[in-house]
Amino acid sequence: MSYKTIELAILRYRPETDQAPWFQDYRIPCEEDWVVLDAINYIKDHLDSTLSYRWSCHMAVCGSCGMMIDGEPRLSCKTFLRDLPEGKIRIEPLANFPIERDLVVVLDDFMEKLQRVKPYIIRKEARALDQGEHLQTPAQLARFMQYTHCINCCCCYAACPQYALIPEFLGPAALALAHRYNLDSRDQGREDREEVVASNIGIWDCAFADACSVVCPKHVDPAGAIQQMKIGSTIGWYLDHLGLGRKKT
Amino acid sequence: MIEKSLIKPFVREVPRTTWYLTRRRDRVHMAQELSSVFIGGYALLLLWGVKALAAGPEAYQAFLTSLGSPLSLGLHWLVLTVTLFHTVSWFGVTPKAMPVQIGEEFLPGGIIVGGHYVIWIAISLFILFVAGVFNGG
Amino acid sequence: MARSNKPLVWSLFAAGGTVAAFVLPALVLITLMAGYGHAPEALNYETMRAFAGGWLGKLVVFGVISLCLWHAAHRLRTALHGLGLRADRAVAVAGYGIAAIGTLLSVYYLLRI
Repeated sequence: MSYKTIELAILRYRPETDQAPWFQDYRIPCEEDWVVLDAINYIKDHLDSTLSYRWSCHMAVCGSCGMMIDGEPRLSCKTFLRDLPEGKIRIEPLANFPIERDLVVVLDDFMEKLQRVKPYIIRKEARALDQGEHLQTPAQLARFMQYTHCINCCCCYAACPQYALIPEFLGPAALALAHRYNLDSRDQGREDREEVVASNIGIWDCAFADACSVVCPKHVDPAGAIQQMKIGSTIGWYLDHLGLGRKKT
Repeated sequence: MIEKSLIKPFVREVPRTTWYLTRRRDRVHMAQELSSVFIGGYALLLLWGVKALAAGPEAYQAFLTSLGSPLSLGLHWLVLTVTLFHTVSWFGVTPKAMPVQIGEEFLPGGIIVGGHYVIWIAISLFILFVAGVFNGG
Repeated sequence: MARSNKPLVWSLFAAGGTVAAFVLPALVLITLMAGYGHAPEALNYETMRAFAGGWLGKLVVFGVISLCLWHAAHRLRTALHGLGLRADRAVAVAGYGIAAIGTLLSVYYLLRI
């Protein structure tokens, strides 16, 4: 005996036949402990195998299942049905990305921007093997730990009004990742990243709407990361223009 | 064999002039942005006052008198509300922009925000005291 | 990809926002009281002339007016873009232009006190 019956309206889009997306209604039984992903899996398994969507871990670590649930970007595996208001649940693909099929969006733009911020340890000179590993205190780790939690779910891009209005904007997750490496004591690549991060489509396109941090399922706080980089880049800008900056290599 | 690409991505348009109306969070953000209009406007009022001060006692008295017009009073209440809104929202985000790390921990945001309020109250009381607001009569 | 020059106007925006947050509510309260005919004592002509006559007073008045204008100019630029006005360059020139004129005027008037 199931907990109750729920209704969902899911945005469908089949590029081979549809000119525009349209809502399809589903009515299914559900259990009290289900998340939205369970409901969608039920639909796929029992009602409509044509429904396309991304998911993997079902435990909020892979970042695959981001979608708009009642207008908010959320992980479908982390959104409990019992926490949603009564009535038909509206499910759409992540906002601000082109729809490929049904709930699957084209994430190429994000992938490309992620690479542009050079999200890896950059050293001025490589560490020799006999020097041993980099040592890092717990305090040094704590400094950037929060920004390592990003699972690339792109919920922040779906919430960001600037990304919606300015497609060139690097976006919250890419910038937060740049900040993660800038804060890492092992990294020496801040100047390398500045060309992209401190450009007009980097941190300076952010209007501090804070929507990204509000929706982030891993509490990364990309908005905070960007504001901290604004302060750092501003100090760097003044130092450069006053002739006190670091020599450009 | 697939002879033509099935990929025809659909781009959803964003309503450029009304997107912020749908969600409360976006409306609040736009209100914060537009608070700057009133801050700029009040700065222009102060500039006008300085102009009057520089011009002489008659001009300055005329300036003070004009502060009493119904329009001025109405705008003042609006500006007071907006500046308080600005103060609250400005202080609220300080822990994000300036996190304070002590050892492995971070100072709780509430302390950073609370510290700003303490300083704000002290500065406000100082301004009001120096202006003579607390002198009897 | 060139590094932006936005830090200049952003730092003025941030400074202005901070100044506005700390001092404007009290100042608005004072001019509001003056509007109701209960102007605090220090608002009389002689006291204000004395205050603005000194270099510290000039600095304070200049700082408050100018920084608040730059704060408003930059934030309004972002707001108008969000409201759908795409002509960013025109808005920037107009907004920063007004802030610059206001800054220069405040210096001009203060130097005459």
